[in-house]
Amino acid sequence: MIYIIQNYWKEFLFTDGYNMTGLAMTLWLLVISCAIGFCLAVPLAILRNARNPVLWVPVWVYTFILRGTPLYVQLLIIYTGFYGLSFVHGTPILADFFKKGIDCTILAFGLNTGAYTTEIFAGAIRDTSFGEVDAGRSLGMSQFTLYRRIILPGALRRALPVYSNEVILMLHATTLAFTATVPDILKVANDAYSATYNPFASFSTAALIYLCISFVLIFGFRKAEQHFLAFLKP
Amino acid sequence: MFDLAGYGPQILSGTITTVELSILSLLVSFLIGLLGASAKLSKNRIISGIGTVYTTLIRGVPDLVLMLLIFYSLQIWINDLTDWLDNLQDTYDFEVSLNPFTSGVITLGFIYGAYFTETFRGAFLAVPKGQMEAARSFGMRPMHSFRRILFPQMMRYALPGLGNNWQVILKATALVSLIGLTDVIKAAQNAGEGTFRTFYFMSIAGLVYLVLTTISNFFLMLLQRKYMTGVRKAVL
Repeated sequence: MIYIIQNYWKEFLFTDGYNMTGLAMTLWLLVISCAIGFCLAVPLAILRNARNPVLWVPVWVYTFILRGTPLYVQLLIIYTGFYGLSFVHGTPILADFFKKGIDCTILAFGLNTGAYTTEIFAGAIRDTSFGEVDAGRSLGMSQFTLYRRIILPGALRRALPVYSNEVILMLHATTLAFTATVPDILKVANDAYSATYNPFASFSTAALIYLCISFVLIFGFRKAEQHFLAFLKP
Repeated sequence: MFDLAGYGPQILSGTITTVELSILSLLVSFLIGLLGASAKLSKNRIISGIGTVYTTLIRGVPDLVLMLLIFYSLQIWINDLTDWLDNLQDTYDFEVSLNPFTSGVITLGFIYGAYFTETFRGAFLAVPKGQMEAARSFGMRPMHSFRRILFPQMMRYALPGLGNNWQVILKATALVSLIGLTDVIKAAQNAGEGTFRTFYFMSIAGLVYLVLTTISNFFLMLLQRKYMTGVRKAVL
C-alpha cells in the first residue's frame, strides 16, 4: 500500500503529467453532472406538477425511463451505441462529441442525475402548503413571481436533505466513468492494480479517497442544512 | 418487431442470470441487514461499534470500487487460506475457485447489507416499545417474540425502504458484467459487437431492466397493501 501511494499519489490526486486524473477528474465529473442535473431538474420539476398532461407526461416518461434503467446501460448506449448510428457518424459535430469518452460520460451522468433530481424537486414542490400559494396570489403575484419568490425557495430548502443523498449517490456513480476510459480515481486504481497485481492495496487506496470525499460532502451538506433549514429547529 | 438476429437465447439466459443474481443478493443482504440492525441496536458497545463501522465504511465507498476490491482480493485471500491448510497436512489438496456469480452474490449481498441495516434499524425503532414489553409479559422467548411481534410490525415501516433497496440492487447487478459475468448487458454487448448494432441491442437490455423494475414496482405495491392491513389512513 505504501508502495502504491508513493508511486501513484500524483495520478490519484490530480495529474498523470498530461491530463487531469484521479481526484480532480472525479470532482470535476461530480460538479459538472450535478450542475447539469440541477439546471434540468428545476424547470422539469415545475412541468412535472403541471395540470396539463401535454406538459407533465413527457417529463414523467423521461424520469421513468432514466430511473428504471441502470446508469451503466445508459452510459453504454450513449458511449458505444450512438457512435454506431449512421446519422451520428455522418454529422461531424455529433461524431466529434460522441467519440470522446468524457463528453459521453458527462451527458449520461447529467441526464441520469437530472431525472432523479427532478422527482426529488417535484415532490418538494408538491408539498408546498396551500396557504403559502394563496398568500402569494392574494398579494397579486404573477405565476412566475410566485414560483421565484414563494414556491421554489421553500421547495428547494425542503428538498435539501434528500438532494444531499442524491449527490452522494452521484459521487458513487462517477466510478462508472472508468468504463468509458475517463481517468478518474478508479481508473488510476485499476492501472495501479494491473501494474502491481496487488488488488487490495490499489482499490483500498481508491476506497479511502472516496470515503474522504463522502465525509466532506456529508459535512458540507450538514452545514448547509443548519444554515438553510434553521427555521425548522425546535 | 423484435429482430434479435439469433441472439435471443443469449439475451434470455442473461436476463435469467440477472434476475437470479438480484434475488440471491437480496436474500443475502436481507439476512445481513437483520443481523446488522440487531448489532447496531445491541447494548454491547463493541458489537454496536462493529455495526456502525460496517455501515459507515460501506455506505461511504462506491459500490463499484468495493466490488472490484472484494472480487479481486477474495480469490487471493481464499488461495492464501487454502495454501495454509495445505501446509498443515499433505493428504488433500484444497482448492476453491470463485466463479463471478458466487462472488457477485457475496459482494452485492455484503454491500447492500449495509443499506438494509440502516433500513431495518429505523424500522425496529419505529415499533412501539410497549409491543415488546407485552410480548415478554406473555412469556415469549426472544426468538418467538421477534417472529410473532417485532418482525410483522417492523416490515410495515421497512417496506418502502426495502422496495428502494431492491430497485437499487436490481440496477447494481449491471455492474457485475464488469467482473466477467454473462448477464443481460454482456449478452447485449456481445450481440451488438457481432451485428454492429450496439445501440439497438443496448436499448433492448435497457428495456429488459425497465420491464423488471416495473414488474417489481407492481409487486411492491401489493406487498405494501398486505402489510398495511389494519392501519387507518386519514381521509383528506
